[in-house]
Amino acid sequence: MQKDIKRLSLILLFMPFALWIVVLIALPHVGMVILSLQEKIAPRVYQYSLHNYIEFVNEPIYWNTLLRTGSISLLVTVLALLIGFPVAYYIAKIAGFRTRNGLFLLCLIPLWVSDLIRAFGWILLLRETGIVSGLLQWTGILGSPMEFLYNDAAVIVGLVYTVILFMIVPLVSTIDGMDNSMIEAGYNLGGNGFTVLRKIIIPYAMPGIVAGCIVVFMLTAGSYLTPILLGGKNSSWFTEQIYDQFITRYNWESGAAFGFLLLAFTSLVVWLGLKLSGQSLSSTVAKS
Amino acid sequence: MTSSAEYDLECINVSKHFGSLRAVDDVSLKIPKGSFFSILGPSGCGKTTLMRMIAGFNDATAGDVKIKGKSVLNTPPNKRNVKMVFQHLALFPMMNVYENIAYGLRCNRVNKAETDRRIKDVLERIALPDVANREIHQLSGGQKQRIAIARCMVLDPDVLLLDEPLGALDLKLREAMKIELKLLQHQFNTTFVYITHDQSEALVMSDNVAIMNEGKFEQVGSPQELYHVPKTAFTAGFVGDTNRWSGRVVATDGETVKIETDTGLTLVCKRFGDTAPGDSASVSVFVRPEFIHAAWQATDVDGASGDLVNHMKGTVDSLLFNGANSRVLVRDGSGELIEADVTLTGGSDDIHPGQSVWLNWSQAHTMCFAS
Ligand SMILES: Nc1ncnc2c1ncn2[C@@H]1O[C@H](COP(=O)(O)OP(=O)(O)O)[C@@H](O)[C@H]1O
Ligand SMILES: [Mg+2]
Repeated sequence: MQKDIKRLSLILLFMPFALWIVVLIALPHVGMVILSLQEKIAPRVYQYSLHNYIEFVNEPIYWNTLLRTGSISLLVTVLALLIGFPVAYYIAKIAGFRTRNGLFLLCLIPLWVSDLIRAFGWILLLRETGIVSGLLQWTGILGSPMEFLYNDAAVIVGLVYTVILFMIVPLVSTIDGMDNSMIEAGYNLGGNGFTVLRKIIIPYAMPGIVAGCIVVFMLTAGSYLTPILLGGKNSSWFTEQIYDQFITRYNWESGAAFGFLLLAFTSLVVWLGLKLSGQSLSSTVAKS
Repeated sequence: MTSSAEYDLECINVSKHFGSLRAVDDVSLKIPKGSFFSILGPSGCGKTTLMRMIAGFNDATAGDVKIKGKSVLNTPPNKRNVKMVFQHLALFPMMNVYENIAYGLRCNRVNKAETDRRIKDVLERIALPDVANREIHQLSGGQKQRIAIARCMVLDPDVLLLDEPLGALDLKLREAMKIELKLLQHQFNTTFVYITHDQSEALVMSDNVAIMNEGKFEQVGSPQELYHVPKTAFTAGFVGDTNRWSGRVVATDGETVKIETDTGLTLVCKRFGDTAPGDSASVSVFVRPEFIHAAWQATDVDGASGDLVNHMKGTVDSLLFNGANSRVLVRDGSGELIEADVTLTGGSDDIHPGQSVWLNWSQAHTMCFAS
């Protein structure tokens, strides 16, 4: 009796969570998989086949776009890590108590503004008649106006800017948990700054590094607005292909297949990353 | 300095100020080779700050630190051959025991075979030969302690600094580790500088102890000296158990000082610091419980030494039975409690709470210091 009540209350407690998982995450994905496996053979007539996936493999432009999205996302992740790590280290270990809250807030501020507005901010800066171009002309470095938008560099800069916070937060929380005396012990036992960084600080921060990288990579590979707005028509971002299939061509079957492929691809990259760094999902993302 | 090399560690008038706070104030010390030196003081008195200056993590505001006779003020922490066992040990949790110990050797570019040999050797010395492949979290508190020491000792330091390393252990383990640390020090024959706020740790293990208070050294000496011949009121009160009265000098001659305490007692002291307090100076008087004898009568002259005796009358408040270390608490006329050692045999002549007794102690065991 007592046991039944306990079990019932457990079930009731988990109901909202389970509903959320099933209705908003599991069901749409199952639907998408089913959809992606259908081929239109005549108006309103469908049959199950791998047609959509075969089409993806046969058309180089599709998988090239996916690979490109993957590699630029990796690059963005690496850049975010290289920039975010020193910032996080400064916030967690070097800054005083008050500075540190201020700095953290500064990192959060961009989140209060919508993605769209932030992208337009970059457009204002980088376009041909924008501030950067104007400044360079004013100082005499440039002779005539120059377009800084619509290239890969602009996309990368914009993406790093949008996602870096998600790198900094988990890094700060892991580095913050590190006892200062551990770093001092590293020096005391004869290590120089580089050794201490390589052998003590980075291994200690590894869970945070991996967690940050996973989140940033997923966010970047799945982002839509920034690559489109800053990269223009030929940014060749994979989410753009998906959008194209769903909205422009009204080809939901192939759009679903692409969506599923993106999910599978990013999951594969994350899995590889975890294997290579010797971490597990539970020791990283779940922890920070 | 020709004689410097016989000292492993010297601090010469070292100070460290944080703003207006003098955390360490003009401290000098010399530690001979191979000895166990403790710095004992209440928490916040500047012990860690002093140690961090020796290790190089804090710069001294003034003064000089010498290791094996050479000034190390301009040597960065990773080049000083002093190793430190941190308060919370600071073992690296992402490395196993072997890697923890190998870290320092690798920093010194010791080759693989030599590293293996030295790690095996040091693990045998700390009596943990089989733990090389354990993770840090699999070790017990006492084992972690020994690994932290091994990690330093494998590098053959000139001086090993230990900052309250037993603080995190439970009482029983702490007692065992005290003895073990002393044995380890003997075995490695390296100079240990041990920081603690626990007087029993310092007294049990050390060859020499420095008593530190508010950034200054009060007294440096062997544990016996500090216990029996304290030079300042702080040392007398901090080292060992003691009864304390404050009072005023009413008469002096060359040998003795006559004092009237605030509670109205008249005492004669034969022991004091470097100089006897002058007339009507305010003083603190200390008498250790083991020198006070509870008896049915007042004695005027000590039977064994022939010394004159201070005495007072009081009522037994309570007995603190602890086998051979039993104590009696006696309340005097003014309501103050005095602690004295007693022998409780369990026989009919044992004293009982409520009885009135005389407390006698020789003038030679009565110490007073200007306060
Ligand atoms: N970095 C610092 N900045 C300012 N004050 C400090 C600093 N480090 C220690 N202090 C102060 O110096 C005094 C001595 O500290 P510490 O050496 O840690 O004492 P102990 O180790 O004897 O307990 C304390 O009052 C402490 O607040
Ligand atoms: Mg301390």
